[in-house]
Amino acid sequence: MDFQAIINGILLFVLLLNLFILGTSRLGTCIKMVSLQGALLALLPVLMHGTPYHALILSASALLLKGALIPWLLFRAIREVRIRREITPRIGFIATLLLGALTTAAAFIFSGQLPLLPEHQHSLIIPGSLATLCAGALLLITRSTAITQVLGYLMFENGIFIFGMLFIKAMPLMIEAGVLLDMLVAIFVMGIVMNHINREFSSINTEQLSQLKE
Amino acid sequence: MLLYAIILTPLFFALVAAILPGRRRRPLLVPIAAVTHLGLVFQVLAGSNTQANEFLGLDAVGRLVLLVVSLLYTAMSIYALGYFRQHRNWRNKIFIVCLLIFLGAMSLATMARHLGLLWVAVEATTLVSAPLIYYNRNRFSIEATWKYLILCSIGIALAMLGILFIAYAGLQGTGSGILQFDHMLAVAASYSKPWLRVGFIFLLVGFGTKMGLAPLHSWKPDAYGEAPGLVGGLLSGGLTSIAFLGVLRALQIMGAAGEIDLARQALLVLGVTSLVFAAIFVIRQRDIKRMLAYSSVEHMGLLAIGVSIGGVATFGAMFHLLSNALAKGVLFMAAGNIHRFYGTKRVCEMQGSLSVLPVSSGLFLAGFLAITGSPPFAPFMSEFTMLRGMVAGGHFVLTGAVLVLLAVIFIGMGSTVLPATMGPPLEEPPDAPEYRDSLLTTVSPLVLMAAILCFGIWLPEPLRRLFTDAAALLEVAK
Amino acid sequence: MLTRLLLHLLLLLVVAPLLPGIITRTKAVISGRQGAPLLQLYRDIWKLLRKGMVLSTTTTWVFRAGPVVGLAVPILAALLLPFGAIGAPLSFSGDLILFVYLFGLARFFTVLAAMDTGSSFEGMGAAREVTFSCLAEPTIFIAFIVLARISGSLSLDGMYGALLVSGHTLHGATGITLPLTAISLFIVLLAENSRIPFDDPNTHLELTMIHEVMVLDHSGPDFAFILYGSAMKLFVMGALVVNLLLPLASQNQPADVGLFIVAMVILAIAVGLVESAMARLRLIRIPQLLVGTSLLSLFALILLLR
Repeated sequence: MDFQAIINGILLFVLLLNLFILGTSRLGTCIKMVSLQGALLALLPVLMHGTPYHALILSASALLLKGALIPWLLFRAIREVRIRREITPRIGFIATLLLGALTTAAAFIFSGQLPLLPEHQHSLIIPGSLATLCAGALLLITRSTAITQVLGYLMFENGIFIFGMLFIKAMPLMIEAGVLLDMLVAIFVMGIVMNHINREFSSINTEQLSQLKE
Repeated sequence: MLLYAIILTPLFFALVAAILPGRRRRPLLVPIAAVTHLGLVFQVLAGSNTQANEFLGLDAVGRLVLLVVSLLYTAMSIYALGYFRQHRNWRNKIFIVCLLIFLGAMSLATMARHLGLLWVAVEATTLVSAPLIYYNRNRFSIEATWKYLILCSIGIALAMLGILFIAYAGLQGTGSGILQFDHMLAVAASYSKPWLRVGFIFLLVGFGTKMGLAPLHSWKPDAYGEAPGLVGGLLSGGLTSIAFLGVLRALQIMGAAGEIDLARQALLVLGVTSLVFAAIFVIRQRDIKRMLAYSSVEHMGLLAIGVSIGGVATFGAMFHLLSNALAKGVLFMAAGNIHRFYGTKRVCEMQGSLSVLPVSSGLFLAGFLAITGSPPFAPFMSEFTMLRGMVAGGHFVLTGAVLVLLAVIFIGMGSTVLPATMGPPLEEPPDAPEYRDSLLTTVSPLVLMAAILCFGIWLPEPLRRLFTDAAALLEVAK
Repeated sequence: MLTRLLLHLLLLLVVAPLLPGIITRTKAVISGRQGAPLLQLYRDIWKLLRKGMVLSTTTTWVFRAGPVVGLAVPILAALLLPFGAIGAPLSFSGDLILFVYLFGLARFFTVLAAMDTGSSFEGMGAAREVTFSCLAEPTIFIAFIVLARISGSLSLDGMYGALLVSGHTLHGATGITLPLTAISLFIVLLAENSRIPFDDPNTHLELTMIHEVMVLDHSGPDFAFILYGSAMKLFVMGALVVNLLLPLASQNQPADVGLFIVAMVILAIAVGLVESAMARLRLIRIPQLLVGTSLLSLFALILLLR
């Protein structure tokens, strides 16, 4: 199959974007890169499963959501809270980058351990999905602004989306749509809460959110 | 057709609430929707046709959870009328719309016969309950909401990953990754085991986060502490049951695949950890709502232990699902009343509430006795059944440990609840408290308390059959 | 054998000073200026060689040794490296380690010479130079491991020679490792040769410079050596990248030479384009980029090994 090379190329680019996102401190760049990642991933259904209406609808809606709607929401959010940079990461950027590379390597090793179907043996789908998941989790753990945590969640979702590509045929369209819709609403709700955090604390640094504890 | 009606009724009323102007009359929609919902649920439970299509259907476990949710929600909806009467001038549109969608999403989750659909429904419950927690609109509630939203979303995302892993197990074992639940149960025996195991762990972590099993419970005290009592009750009785349903679905698949031992061990570990965490944190807890949150962690742990033991204990766990939900409903409603009277949740500022707020405090005290497993209330019977199952299974050490932990939790909660209710009254009770016990805010906890007492003494035959059927689904022929 | 050696040296010595000229001209054209003539560096070197030298009284022989080593090392290193399809005159198993540490030697002497002046500016430049090259070194090694793994050979000549044969036949994820390695080597080339975005060769603010500040005190023939040496270093490191991207070999030697020179010119233009498009990075950003580059090459290695 000829698309295999393109798919692997896209996944590779996605993996590099993971590292790039982990290493950059500008929130705007982060949002752009995460949405670029989402938009690239939106091509996967069509590339992997041809152009039945199912895959087409999925690609189109994922492109619209991940590539356009969600970035628009997030850019609106950072415009309203007037914040441009991640100032106080819990772990430094280089350390996060190195951790990201480590988890990427671990994802490759781990997926090498699991029994894979022969047709997925050389594909980057499973390691790519795991590595993106890990990068998202890292972003969530190491950053302290609400917006980067949302971005981490998005990358996490992207990782799951990559894995889900293997089951497009088995998943009814309604349910796929439900998953995507849930994600959109999640981002929407998080954006609203973020605005309220900003109004209440005059910053979206979640380290302020530490009054409730034992 | 009835199943669609059960899901769509709350959504229809949510639409009406969104369109209807005027905040005075809007709260009335909640009890109307709830009572209609409960009526439909009874009709479904009485009938025999419970499969709408391949995606929607109710098995015994689903029926049980649906009944629990609907009962609790109806009780809460009456209480909600009294609650909104107190906050007459607060904006309530978003709150009520979300409250109604919440019921619809929970009903959908109980009926989902497709793991993807189950996921969609559970994620929807997370999203619509976030605005509910934020109702008080202060810094504490926003912190609680953010933690709840992020942690539960991540948890649910992990559950999605688990579902996909199980699908891959199917893809490898049977050549198709179909996630229709009955189909999965039928072919689970040939699933690829490593993928299935990893998938189960992710599912357990994901739904376990939502359920609040320790050590994944960190959002729980904050969310329960800051949410209105009404919402706290719905979360601890309804939403946790839904999450538990997700865990049970995973357990069923593992059972069908012949991997039940691993699943049970994992559940047992999480369950015992939850008991330990609850026992540690409930001692010296000075905030009554946070105390209730840790009690919820404890009871989720008990449910996990119950199904992990099997046999009679599974029956006990099914019973406990109901009795815990009802008792939590009573406790949160009573705690909400007390909270509003004193304007604080801290024990030291609300001593001796029994003398000034006899009905609510009495209910709180009775609820405390019930939830900690004092006879003759229903949680006593269900916990006793679970312990009987543990002894019958030969788990003596476990039984002993659980008993000790339950005793510690009893003492810990008692040291908070008893001074609050029966201690010497405060020298200066709050002047002009904005709350008095009224019919609307006390009738539903009273009814629930009566039900708890009744089920503790005499379990009606249909309920017993429902528990037995549900437990039978979770058992595996060895 | 001897002809190969002579051809190699001729290519290196004659073509190397052309590259900085091309870079400068590219930048000039892009910014709409006329720019210095292409052969300016040859003239500069010639001019400097005829001049006298000013030596500070605090300096010792170390100060004089720096430029000489800086001139000798690229010549030696070039002997280990094939230029396109023209094989290396000198090759043995493991020579890639020698290759990397030859440049380490040159850096050592340049740094010592800079410190020998006792000036704080030059000491600062030396500190920066050492820090950044220390971060760039893993990238080169990982890239070499990737190439050694693909080709199964431990000498530079063998590695690149095998690529000539098998370069087109690599597919899928493995095929992508070559471009990744080439990109990371290109970034290292920019870092090691003090180009933008790591360092600005044209800047005259000592505080912001890295390489240029170290050689401030050199003059006359010494400075000519330094200029010539750094042009050759650029040439040799450029050959590392070009060899990767040019897996073509005709049987005709003059054609190979021509092809190689054209490729080097294209590389120089590419460097010029990068320099026109980017601004110099802030100093604290440089380690981040270099670590990122190491990760890039590490990533290529992971792809290859799985």
